[in-house]
Amino acid sequence: MATTYLEAIREGIWEEMERDPNVFVIGEDIGIYGGAFKITAGMLDHFGEKRIVDTPISESAIVGAAIGAGMMGLRPVAEMQFADFITCGFDQIVNFAAKCRYRWGASVPIVVRAPSGGGIHGGPFHSQNPEAWFVHTPGLKVITPSTAYDAKGLVKSAIRDNDPVIFFEHKALYRRVKEELPQEDYTVPIGKARVFREGSDLSIITYGAMVYVAEEAATELEKEGISLEIVDLRTLLPIDEGTVLESVKKTSRVILLHEDTLTGGIGGEIAARIGEKAFEYLDAPVMRIAAPDTPVPYSPPLEEAFLPNPQKVLEKARQLLGY
Amino acid sequence: MAAVKSLLTGNPAIAAEEPGTEAGLALRAFHYMTLMREVEDRIERKLYRQGKILGGVYVGRGQEAICIGAGLAVEPEDVLFPSHRDLGLYFIRGIHPRQVFAQYMGRVGGITRGKDGNMHMGDLSLHIVAIISAMAASVPVAAGAAMALRYKGSRNVALCFFGDGATSRGDWHEGLNLAAVQKAPVVYICNNNQYAYSTPLSKQMRCENVADRAPGYGIPGHIVDGNDVLAVNATVKRAIEHARAGLGPSLIECKSFRMTGHSAHDAASYVPEHLWAEWAQKDPILRLRSRILAEGWAEEQDLDRITGQIRSEVEEAVEWAENSPYPDPSEVLNNVYEQSIEGK
Repeated sequence: MATTYLEAIREGIWEEMERDPNVFVIGEDIGIYGGAFKITAGMLDHFGEKRIVDTPISESAIVGAAIGAGMMGLRPVAEMQFADFITCGFDQIVNFAAKCRYRWGASVPIVVRAPSGGGIHGGPFHSQNPEAWFVHTPGLKVITPSTAYDAKGLVKSAIRDNDPVIFFEHKALYRRVKEELPQEDYTVPIGKARVFREGSDLSIITYGAMVYVAEEAATELEKEGISLEIVDLRTLLPIDEGTVLESVKKTSRVILLHEDTLTGGIGGEIAARIGEKAFEYLDAPVMRIAAPDTPVPYSPPLEEAFLPNPQKVLEKARQLLGY
Repeated sequence: MAAVKSLLTGNPAIAAEEPGTEAGLALRAFHYMTLMREVEDRIERKLYRQGKILGGVYVGRGQEAICIGAGLAVEPEDVLFPSHRDLGLYFIRGIHPRQVFAQYMGRVGGITRGKDGNMHMGDLSLHIVAIISAMAASVPVAAGAAMALRYKGSRNVALCFFGDGATSRGDWHEGLNLAAVQKAPVVYICNNNQYAYSTPLSKQMRCENVADRAPGYGIPGHIVDGNDVLAVNATVKRAIEHARAGLGPSLIECKSFRMTGHSAHDAASYVPEHLWAEWAQKDPILRLRSRILAEGWAEEQDLDRITGQIRSEVEEAVEWAENSPYPDPSEVLNNVYEQSIEGK
């Protein structure tokens, strides 16, 4: 039976809780309600209040308490109800969690889960992609899975990791993406990108829900005999530069695609690295496709205009291929 | 480390009194408070002015009774979250003054090997968690640590220190509320020294006492004379028993006064003159000294001997720290992650 992206995350956490009694979950409405998106559904009954900790509406205290518990040897999985509210816990993440090991050698083995992304008509405060803020924070690891397999394997790796991990789950993928998962325990390594689709004419470097936007464009271009390669970054920090450069060297044309807004997004960073390390392999300028530099709008025509889509990818790809 | 311990146990006046007695407690407190004062005086009034310390200097002059009264109330595995005026806690846990001077001077002999400065020191093997500069950030972290101690079935508790200014931050409220709801075994200790940098308490909050806020979270609040080390110790002990008994957190407000500027560069000209004179009379070390002599717990010469020994220990420690090398520039890349991610 196929497992959805959402179920994959639940299974991943569940199995880690069964495996390691030090793993516990903390967040808002995660107990009897099972979480706003039902990731923790059934966990309270199975694991009890000690390990499924409902909190007041206090994102900073949720992250802070996770840090304290992590330093005492537990493995907290903290849930932000929406990634948009992670700002309320920003100081704890970037100043406390991210800097402890560097400053005084303390491990902070926490996972902060953050449901992110648009396309669900959530408006400005339930649709954001705030990953770039955290990619700019040394000491953190930042994960953005796009498939059910990776979501499960990466949430397990995140829980077992001894550094603080921000785990962005794309809300639009929760129930839309599903696949058969292995019966046995498996993990997906943090810091490794994967070639989602092999191709030879143009590379699209992307992650999260945009992997499927790129895939639609690739299917369309295939009809015209054009072969698109899609690299799914999976982890944004540490970035898997090797896989990106390999793909660029192979196709010599590259588009960086993300749902996060353009300026200061991860695309700029990757473009710079390609410029530094693979300039002589390029046959065309490195191009970016991202959301415009605006808040995420609510009304459907506005949100559609805001989000990158296959049409925008096709236009940019054709432009690049004709360069 | 052994040196400071032997300084304490090797002193016949202190060794003669059991730690559990009032006399034993008072003499140990005298030792640690004097050590803290001497080390911080050296840091603020000499090393900083000589240009040997380049970054910030935050001392607890006049407030030593708070961290030391509390520090002598805990068990070795209770987890401490010191604030920036609680140097004495580190000495009680066995940190040597050498490491503190080296820390301030950015040397490898410092607790953070030059990665961080001044009071930003922690060591999980000693159950001390380092502060960050954003005030009150430790408050929810201590709540989580306390929840974890209970989770693991430990009888240990967390002690979290902060100043009056920190109580204005959201983290303070979120942390206290979460700790209260969770009945976490944590004791929150406020050093109310009446100034947050230049801002007096009247511009920090409308209620009269920090402890008045405790009922708002449904937890006990206590007010104690923060310049009376034995009173602080007794109050903290009660709150620790409360926490160990599973009854949840307490908030203890220790009333004191910051007998310095916010940091070494701040002359604190905004503090009315009469307050300095008034609080100098209440100096916690002088008060303890008088109490010890009045009770007959030790003689004048015993106390002078403790002070003298500490001063020579401080001399030696400064010399040690000055001889400690600066970190190699290559260390800048170390320990961002458990495993290096270089080349990614």
